[in-house]
Amino acid sequence: MKGAHAGPTSWSASVKYVVLIYSNPATWAEMPAAERDRALGVHNTMIKELNESGELIRVDGLADPWATKTIRARGGVPVVTDGPFGEAKEFLAGVWAIDVDSLERALEVAAPVAEYDTVEVRELMDLSGMEM
Amino acid sequence: VNEPGVEGLLRDLAPQVLAALTRRFGSFVTAEDAVQEALLAAATQWPEQGVPENPRGWLITVGARRLTDQLRSDLARARRETAAAALLPPVELVSPAADEDLPSDEDDTLKLLFLCCHPALSPTSQVALTLRAVGGLTTAQIAQAFFVPEATMAQRISRAKQSIKATGARFDMPPEAERAERLGVVLHVLYLIFNEGYTTSTGPDLQRPELTAEAIRIARDLRRLLPEDGEVAGLLALMLLTDARRAARAAPDGSLVPLVEQDRGLWDADSIRDGVALISESLTRARLGPYQLQAAIAAVHDEAARPEDTDWREIVALYDLLARLAPNPMVTLNQAVAVAMVDGPRAGLDLLAGLEGDSRLTGNHRLDAVRAHLLEMAGEHAEARESYWSAARRTTSIPERRYLEARAARIGDNAPVDR
Repeated sequence: MKGAHAGPTSWSASVKYVVLIYSNPATWAEMPAAERDRALGVHNTMIKELNESGELIRVDGLADPWATKTIRARGGVPVVTDGPFGEAKEFLAGVWAIDVDSLERALEVAAPVAEYDTVEVRELMDLSGMEM
Repeated sequence: VNEPGVEGLLRDLAPQVLAALTRRFGSFVTAEDAVQEALLAAATQWPEQGVPENPRGWLITVGARRLTDQLRSDLARARRETAAAALLPPVELVSPAADEDLPSDEDDTLKLLFLCCHPALSPTSQVALTLRAVGGLTTAQIAQAFFVPEATMAQRISRAKQSIKATGARFDMPPEAERAERLGVVLHVLYLIFNEGYTTSTGPDLQRPELTAEAIRIARDLRRLLPEDGEVAGLLALMLLTDARRAARAAPDGSLVPLVEQDRGLWDADSIRDGVALISESLTRARLGPYQLQAAIAAVHDEAARPEDTDWREIVALYDLLARLAPNPMVTLNQAVAVAMVDGPRAGLDLLAGLEGDSRLTGNHRLDAVRAHLLEMAGEHAEARESYWSAARRTTSIPERRYLEARAARIGDNAPVDR
């Protein structure tokens, strides 16, 4: 094990996370238009803030799950079927990649988005490493 | 592609030019942009047309011209917008002749470092701004070094400069009472820059600027400006003694090589000599601090010709001091490894027991990794393997995960089959 450090969190300058936003299309479809605009405004405000602070790497919205193709290999032969895999009601709808100071900051930016959706915050792996 | 000579020269001149323009025009924020443009102009022109006789003067002239243009157009806009602005003095009165070279101040680099590492900025921003303003790196190079898009980095730097402006901080030495604390931030920023470069150096990547070299270069400048400061010397020594092992730290396939298995013939003898001299001298006279102790520990490792020659008793003594001076669970983890080498794995595991439930280590893979290592030493193969797997799951480093998985698999091969 190499090195001793000022603290576990001060080991590296920044940490990359993806914020995965899982949405139930029915929830959004049934929402009154004004409420949907307000809720989407919360997302957009946060994206704007991340962009202006230099913490946003990229942001993507995913097309409706209706258009999903699922591929499974059956006996070595890939079989493509229409529609998403499984019976889930929530689908991946958005992916943000961010570069922030800490997990606390990642959770802070992800929290407002969880109003109607389920949000996962996952750290990205990288090629840095300490010899032990 | 730039000639390395030009690139090196520009990096050296960047803080001097920035300081001169900041002093002349009174605004760090606008001067910083102008210097970037002057540096970019030089980087394209000099390799083709040759380096001018007075490169520093050339950069100041180009930067000043840029700044003057900027001020002129700002004023023109202000005049158009309000009649009162017409009362502002013309640009010619506030800016001296563009080719006038001002004498440089020895402490310029120091003032710039204090400004870039202003406590109002997040560490991420401090690092980016220091690399640009003091290191003379372009935004594109800094973005490349941190694996983010250039637009992200540009935004981060611009926000950092706005924050500095908002604090009203000046291009000046901080008050004496704050000096020590502010210097601590500067050292930590340099340490972060070094680490970022060192920990990602698992393969040759010629596109990436060498952050380790950049951190060492700035630390050398700092040492020249503050020769009496023990922690400045300690940090520089720590960087040299760590960087000395760089060629041996990873195999050609990018996998990590642990310290005991490294080919010590690949270690950089010059860096080790410089680092050892620096830390030895500092320890005899300066007030002791965490960077000096870490450097002293690195020196003991680097001075052992073979792993079995390592003076582990000395290392334990140094970790005891470090744990008292700057207690922190990461120190205890390293201390446990050293204690295990002197008093056996059980003693090391006892020390780890004190870290159970420490919230600062929650989810951190290093506790499991050290425990695995000590359990393996103790011959407790099943438990060791479990801890290796647990550490492998928790690390976010791909090379570390491979290493930990390989260790777990190796025990699997040699040990009795698990219950």
